[in-house]
Amino acid sequence: MMVMTMLIVSLLLFMVMEVNIESVAIKVLGQFSTEHQRHLWLESNGYYRPGYVRYFEWLGNILQGSFGYSVVYKIEVGELLWPRLKNTGILAGLTLAVVVPLSILLGVLAGMREGSYRDRSISIISIITASVPEFCSATLIAWILVFSLHLLPGTSSFISGFSWAEMVMPVLVLVLYDFGYITRMTRASMAEVMQSQYIRTAQLKGLPFRRVIFRHALRNALIAPFTVIMLQLPWLLSGVIVTEYFFAYKGIGTLLLEAALRQDVYLLEACTMFLVAVAVGTQAISDIGYMLLNPKIRFK
Amino acid sequence: MATTHADLVAKKPRRGLVAVLMNLRESWVGMIGLAIILFWVVVALLAPIISPYDPLAIQTPFAKPGSPAPDGGVFWLGADHLGRDVLSRVAWGSRTVLIYAPLATFCAYLVGILMGLMAGYRRGWIDILLSRVGDIILSFPVLLLYIIAIQEFGRSNLNIVIAIVFGSAPGIMRIVRGLTLDIREREYVAAAQVRGESNWYIMLTEILPNARGPLIVDACLRLGYVIITIGILGFLGLGLPPPDPEWGGMISETRAMAMIFPHMTLAPAIALSSLVLGFNLMADGLRETSLKD
Amino acid sequence: MSQDSPLLEIENLHVSYWTRAAEVPAVIDFSLTINEGDTVGLVGESGCGKSTVAMAIMNYMGANGSIKSGAIRLRGRDITQLSQNEMRILRGNEIAMIYQEPMSSLNPAMTVAQQLMEVPMIHQGATADQARSASEQMLSDVHIPDPSRIMASYPHQISGGQQQRVVIAMALLANPSLLLLDEPTTALDVTVEAGIVKLIREIASKYKMTQIYISHNLGLILQTCERVCVMYSGQAVEEGSISNLFSQPKHPYTHGLFNCIPLPQTDKNDAPLIPIPGQLPLPHERPTGCTYGPRCRAFKIDVCDQQGIPYEHIEETNQHVRCRRWSEIKPNDLIPDKVAMENAQIGDIVLDTKNLSKHYEVEGTSRTFSTMLGFKETVALKANQELNLSARHGETLAIVGESGCGKSTFAKVLLGLETSTSGELTHDGAEIGRISVQERQQTQLAALQIVFQNPVDTLNPSHTVGAQVGRVLKKFGISHGKIDTREKTLELLAKVKLPDEFYYRLPRQLSGGQKQRIGIARAFAGKPTLVVADEPVSALDVSVQAAITELLMEIQREYGTTLLLISHDLSVVRYLSDRVVVMYLGKIVECGSRDEIFEPPYHPYTEALLAAAPIADLRVKKRDIILEGNLPSPLDPPKGCPFTTRCPRRIGDICDTTPPEEQISADGHRIACHIPLEELSQIDPVFAITE
Repeated sequence: MMVMTMLIVSLLLFMVMEVNIESVAIKVLGQFSTEHQRHLWLESNGYYRPGYVRYFEWLGNILQGSFGYSVVYKIEVGELLWPRLKNTGILAGLTLAVVVPLSILLGVLAGMREGSYRDRSISIISIITASVPEFCSATLIAWILVFSLHLLPGTSSFISGFSWAEMVMPVLVLVLYDFGYITRMTRASMAEVMQSQYIRTAQLKGLPFRRVIFRHALRNALIAPFTVIMLQLPWLLSGVIVTEYFFAYKGIGTLLLEAALRQDVYLLEACTMFLVAVAVGTQAISDIGYMLLNPKIRFK
Repeated sequence: MATTHADLVAKKPRRGLVAVLMNLRESWVGMIGLAIILFWVVVALLAPIISPYDPLAIQTPFAKPGSPAPDGGVFWLGADHLGRDVLSRVAWGSRTVLIYAPLATFCAYLVGILMGLMAGYRRGWIDILLSRVGDIILSFPVLLLYIIAIQEFGRSNLNIVIAIVFGSAPGIMRIVRGLTLDIREREYVAAAQVRGESNWYIMLTEILPNARGPLIVDACLRLGYVIITIGILGFLGLGLPPPDPEWGGMISETRAMAMIFPHMTLAPAIALSSLVLGFNLMADGLRETSLKD
Repeated sequence: MSQDSPLLEIENLHVSYWTRAAEVPAVIDFSLTINEGDTVGLVGESGCGKSTVAMAIMNYMGANGSIKSGAIRLRGRDITQLSQNEMRILRGNEIAMIYQEPMSSLNPAMTVAQQLMEVPMIHQGATADQARSASEQMLSDVHIPDPSRIMASYPHQISGGQQQRVVIAMALLANPSLLLLDEPTTALDVTVEAGIVKLIREIASKYKMTQIYISHNLGLILQTCERVCVMYSGQAVEEGSISNLFSQPKHPYTHGLFNCIPLPQTDKNDAPLIPIPGQLPLPHERPTGCTYGPRCRAFKIDVCDQQGIPYEHIEETNQHVRCRRWSEIKPNDLIPDKVAMENAQIGDIVLDTKNLSKHYEVEGTSRTFSTMLGFKETVALKANQELNLSARHGETLAIVGESGCGKSTFAKVLLGLETSTSGELTHDGAEIGRISVQERQQTQLAALQIVFQNPVDTLNPSHTVGAQVGRVLKKFGISHGKIDTREKTLELLAKVKLPDEFYYRLPRQLSGGQKQRIGIARAFAGKPTLVVADEPVSALDVSVQAAITELLMEIQREYGTTLLLISHDLSVVRYLSDRVVVMYLGKIVECGSRDEIFEPPYHPYTEALLAAAPIADLRVKKRDIILEGNLPSPLDPPKGCPFTTRCPRRIGDICDTTPPEEQISADGHRIACHIPLEELSQIDPVFAITE
């Protein structure tokens, strides 16, 4: 199923990008190339062969890791892709490392006693932070931390190698925007579980409240948030475009943006394929994980 | 008849949108959200009247908030790097957002509801086909989708709306499909089937009205998200063409100088965030009150 | 038997819920004394407060409920004054509880072993090993076969009856003094219910356990309790020993309840049920004086509407009654003048099936090489196998069976929601088995309608009552135009005894009984010739059941409709039906007239069903038949007789290998069993009425 989705996506992508070979030539050679130059280039790169042949060749190349040549940066796409991916991976990793424990903790605390002040305040904070788009919060945070308090550097381009200081703001922006959603999902799941009859059974069995929460409730309440968290991964890899752009962070987001804005065909294709693969992959992992976590599905 | 028709009508319970809004009174969170939204709607409607200046008129660059304007008035929110009155630009910017975001969301809902109902009720190959298509679209990084689409097809309001419809409909379809799968098992649907009602009658009259609750909540949330998306596109330079004021564009144009003149960046940022907050709060309020039903 | 030392004394208990609108009293001035070793029943309909009393004993009433005043003394100690922590020590330890829905009451993510072992480990400080062996021992004490396998299972992997036994085992593990049972068998099939009831009686005698048994079913109370307390709208209205209360109820409500139950001596024509008029008052609209007053046929002004009716203690019989006039009321005052109905005219055959079968294709669960590769294997789920039955004009035919027997599938095929796999199904002469509902003619659709089981979902919550009924009238061409439709809708509302103002009401403003009335109005709007009633009253309160049952009969008689009653409740079946069909695992095991089914010869399954059905009549003595074993999976039914895995009369291998032939007696009574008819006729009847 995954495979089929990937194949269809690759086909669609290929069709959109490379069906019109004239426009491909224009994108590669630039607007000011002459028709003759384009014709020569198309011929020497095998573009006059039938579409499906080119498609399979391209597909084969992708699978082998040979992604083609970036028009804008004039180097192999592969050389660009991996370091950028690593950077975004660091960003995503740090973000997740903060967001996951934070939101689960807050969500459980909120859902444990639904309607309490704790619950209401956590919910309101989650809604407010999720309402402020990244570029707005980034503006605000940058203004406070960089320009007013002079605490942190303004951009995060790693000019002199990896620097923790440069990571703070992008991670902060991402965490602020993201934690609200997961918190609310966890809260809803926890609140629902706390209303269930088996929790009532556990309480009327005379179990201490801590045990009721940790052994009886959490096991069931965390199944839904798990799926939600898994699905954050593709978002973190691609939705960070805005944050990366804002802080000039050399990650795959900025790469993607540039590729799209400057019509760098092969780069765009490669990045898109990669991100789609991640999306499809995490969906599959999430489905499998859900199956494993939910005893009703796992056993018979 | 003992009771007249008028007597019967007098006892009619309030339904539909009116009931929903009346119920909202019970949630102060929802009421705050509604208040914020109404505020911006009023601003948008009255933008020509309440803006002191033409949003495109170039006057005093970098004027600070509260500083006087050449003609004797006041730049309440200051002026931007080109000297345009920030207040007027924020007010006019609300128009574009409040026209296109609801429009795009509404169209996305039309498409998503139709697809979701068909997939959920008819099942079979329609369901498989629509679900697969939805999965494929959803596996694309959404923002990328918008960016590529606008690059390929040009920057225009229509294209943005179409792109958003394309990107949002599968998510809506999934929700509607899930609701339909649940509702179709209810006995009143079976009663309609046993009466020989047509499929479309059942989908639109028996099933859809009962999916109202979660869909209204989702609509508010999605509106907020669409507003953010329009903002992001503006920020990245892919939004509506300048010089029409647009909040996202305003932020991107001025952020380099935000260090010294924060007002011109903060004003649209706060405006955008508050509007999205309004929708999110109202969604939460609606969700809360629907649970009490 | 029981020493006269009270274990639990509830004195003048008041429990209320606090909503934002107002205080809602749920239990008012409730007093009850329970002696050690006794099983006391708490009976009443929904909203009477019986479950609230149980929760008050546990002091677990949620965020907005609390005990307003009164005392609950456990061995002299007032437990309402305990802190939550002290209460926690009591819970599960001294007082344990058993719930209505065992599946939801067990944690789906923990194994049975984990849930059981917690109890001795927390309350008695047992080690894991000790807890494990204690749990396994308890599982076999509650008669669960193969305890070690069950220990390792998750709740969803075991059957409903086994789940309830696990819950019972969990409650017993800490050796409590008091056991609270809140409708423990409501969610179970009748034959499984009988097994649990027997277990409960065993626990009472073996452990000398003091129990409070909460139920709405007087028949179950009769089987399990020594004393019983009747509740109405938050108050105890009568209390006494079983023998006293059942033979001579003193309070008019108790009297009314007994008249609502289809006991063996009632008959739909000669001795019909007498519903209780009126409706349960809303909690904040209770009348002054006697709460039951407005509905009581012996109501006397200035006597019954004065505040402060005492809960009188009658010394001689050790009873309590909350009624000023109980000594003056004679039973006849409470019964309206009877109007005997004539038998309905029964005409020609309108419905006929020949070898009707319905198979579903489902995914198989076997793992073979091809399934690993992703090929889906389908297995036939034989929901209906070769059904042969018929129904006549004006007749009431009942289809009886427990869950999984295929009765709902048959209804679906009949109505066209599914199509048959093979065999014939004719209605009014036309073959409809293979015609799905979308292809049927308008007249066929109008002629075949259904009343559903669940009143909550039977009406579309988004449309008014008038709109929903009117739609049917318009669709079937009974009415034309807006005004005509409205008039005819109001006529129908009157027929189901609902006032005109319900026209613009939304379903959420209606009670369960009212919704069911609309469901009936909707079904009969098109003047159908056959109506399927799928468990039409099982989700309703006892008094409402009687009213709806009577209504159904009235309308059926008026329209001359054939009624196909699907039910698991044998009392209702005995009351309403002319002919009965008994189904088990997709096959018909017995078919005959009502009297033939309820007397020998019986099919062994019918025999067990009859023995399991609770009857609220002291004079009826029932034989005790408990079925052992589980219902086989419908994907893999036995090759021979479907009942062979549980049959107490199984005669040998022939039952496993060969499907039994139907034995037909002279009057058309059919039994599918290998045991010869003569032998079956010699069996003692399941119930005998002693005077």
